[in-house]
Amino acid sequence: MIAAIRQHRLMLSLGGAIVITALLSLTIGSQPLPLMQALQESFGEKPGVYSLILTELRIPRTLVALLAGASLGLCGAVMQSLLRNPLASPGLVGSASGAALGAVITLYFGVAGLFAYALPLGGMAGALLATLTAYLLAGRDGGTLTLILAGVAVNAFALALVSLLLNLAPSPYAVQEIALWMLGSLANVSRNELWILLPGTLLGWLLIWRQGRPLDLLTLGEETASSMGADLPNLKRRLFLAVALAVGSAISVTGAIGFIGLVVPHLLRPLVGYQPSRLLLPSAMGGALLLMLADMGVRLLPVQGEIKVGVVTSLIGAPFFLWLILHHRGRGV
Amino acid sequence: MSLLNGRALSLSRGQRPILKGVDISLQPGEMLGLIGPNGAGKSTLLRILAGVIEPDAGELTLDGQGVESLPHQARARRIAYLQQLSEIAWPMSVERIIELGRTPHLEPWQSVGDEDREIIDRVIRQTDLLAFRDRAFNTLSGGEQARVLLARALVTEPDILLADEPVSALDPAHQLDVMNLLRQHCESGHSVIVVLHDLSLAAHYCHRLQLLHQGTTLAEGSSETVLNEKNLADAYDIALTKANGNALKPTSLPWRRLHKDE
Repeated sequence: MIAAIRQHRLMLSLGGAIVITALLSLTIGSQPLPLMQALQESFGEKPGVYSLILTELRIPRTLVALLAGASLGLCGAVMQSLLRNPLASPGLVGSASGAALGAVITLYFGVAGLFAYALPLGGMAGALLATLTAYLLAGRDGGTLTLILAGVAVNAFALALVSLLLNLAPSPYAVQEIALWMLGSLANVSRNELWILLPGTLLGWLLIWRQGRPLDLLTLGEETASSMGADLPNLKRRLFLAVALAVGSAISVTGAIGFIGLVVPHLLRPLVGYQPSRLLLPSAMGGALLLMLADMGVRLLPVQGEIKVGVVTSLIGAPFFLWLILHHRGRGV
Repeated sequence: MSLLNGRALSLSRGQRPILKGVDISLQPGEMLGLIGPNGAGKSTLLRILAGVIEPDAGELTLDGQGVESLPHQARARRIAYLQQLSEIAWPMSVERIIELGRTPHLEPWQSVGDEDREIIDRVIRQTDLLAFRDRAFNTLSGGEQARVLLARALVTEPDILLADEPVSALDPAHQLDVMNLLRQHCESGHSVIVVLHDLSLAAHYCHRLQLLHQGTTLAEGSSETVLNEKNLADAYDIALTKANGNALKPTSLPWRRLHKDE
């Protein structure tokens, strides 16, 4: 009962913070936006510059940050629970590096410039293919360790191919384009990116829906979970596909954004009594909040140009993760 | 008709046979002790009965129906499996871990209800875990953890409880408590198959024993039939010493819990 009340309080706090951050995110940028005036213009007869900034730039950017951050947080919690490993990240089984490789291939061969959807579609195809490869490598009944090793191998190979393409890039301009994309950014996000992101994200979330209970059972070990009714081969297949779709969609649109999927579940786990099913929704909310905050942060930093949001999440995430490890080490957690 | 029936169960790992056509049966209300030396195939047999691994050959029926035709959750409601070594991934509280035992009775959208809560509270009292219910699992001693995992299996209220060495980490007093709990489970009409290394506990508590050796059944029946000098010499390569049989070296065996029997 107390745990349920605590859980509700946590969700309300996160929900409130998300609403406030999203509203602030709409107003902050190189051009400060008076929100009320922009809304009046949007609903008026003749849209002005403020309404254009709001509907074409700020709303898509905020929504993409919210959806991509939620996917990263949620999928981080899913992968850590599925693999029973606190160091698992959403991209562990290949979705993030596969998406990067797919996107870089479209940039390298110039396909990205042919039509708007080429780069994200390439990224999603790469994410699905890499995850499928890791899954097949581990085998249908592959244990947790085999899955992790298969993921490590696929990641290493995908990143080696990205390096090869960078190495063979025809011009310094192409190298710069690939390298900047890989840093991860929401700066050039428009409505197109939002529509590209949405289907894979929603489908991925739908596949994760109501899978919390078998993830709880996995806490007791694979054999016990299986004896308690969890259909593990089906669960793994389903969640791998879900992560490939949701993370693949996010990375394809935003570029590589690190540490959110790793740090957010860690941060929230003690607050939900370490129970995997109770961690999923708060992790999604925490991921959304963190990416929106980071994206607002890069817009507020007084530097020439805009620092990439993927750089900021890693710069904050890595030391924070280190602090978490040191903090938990003392408690034996 | 037997509650659980296994016929000619066989399993190999590579070229190495682990089980070579073992038969096993279990009656309602019966406590069957699986004994035998390390590597005899006891744990493998239990894992097959739990549905965790599939045999290469053989047939397994529950109430005359093939176990493989049962949906996962329906099987889990009837057969609970207590693993020999279980590492809990996250430091969840004792109560939360025990609660998970009710999962086979819940639909995906259902949470633990009042009736489930009553069962959980009763089992927590039975297993002497009241003082630990809010503690994190990883802060408990090995023996306390073993009792939590037993409680998790008991709250499922399964027709058949399969327990793989449930007393190996416990002190003598708690060994007797656990064995008494398993017997109580049988007395309420359920059945238990328990893997044991302690032959005196097996003889004292089990209705029937099945002695496995090198993947086959060497002997099966009452403790008097199974635990004879020849069988123990063949299976374990040991000579038998009766308790108090040697006045110079009296053998001490945990036999009953003093303060609970008073």
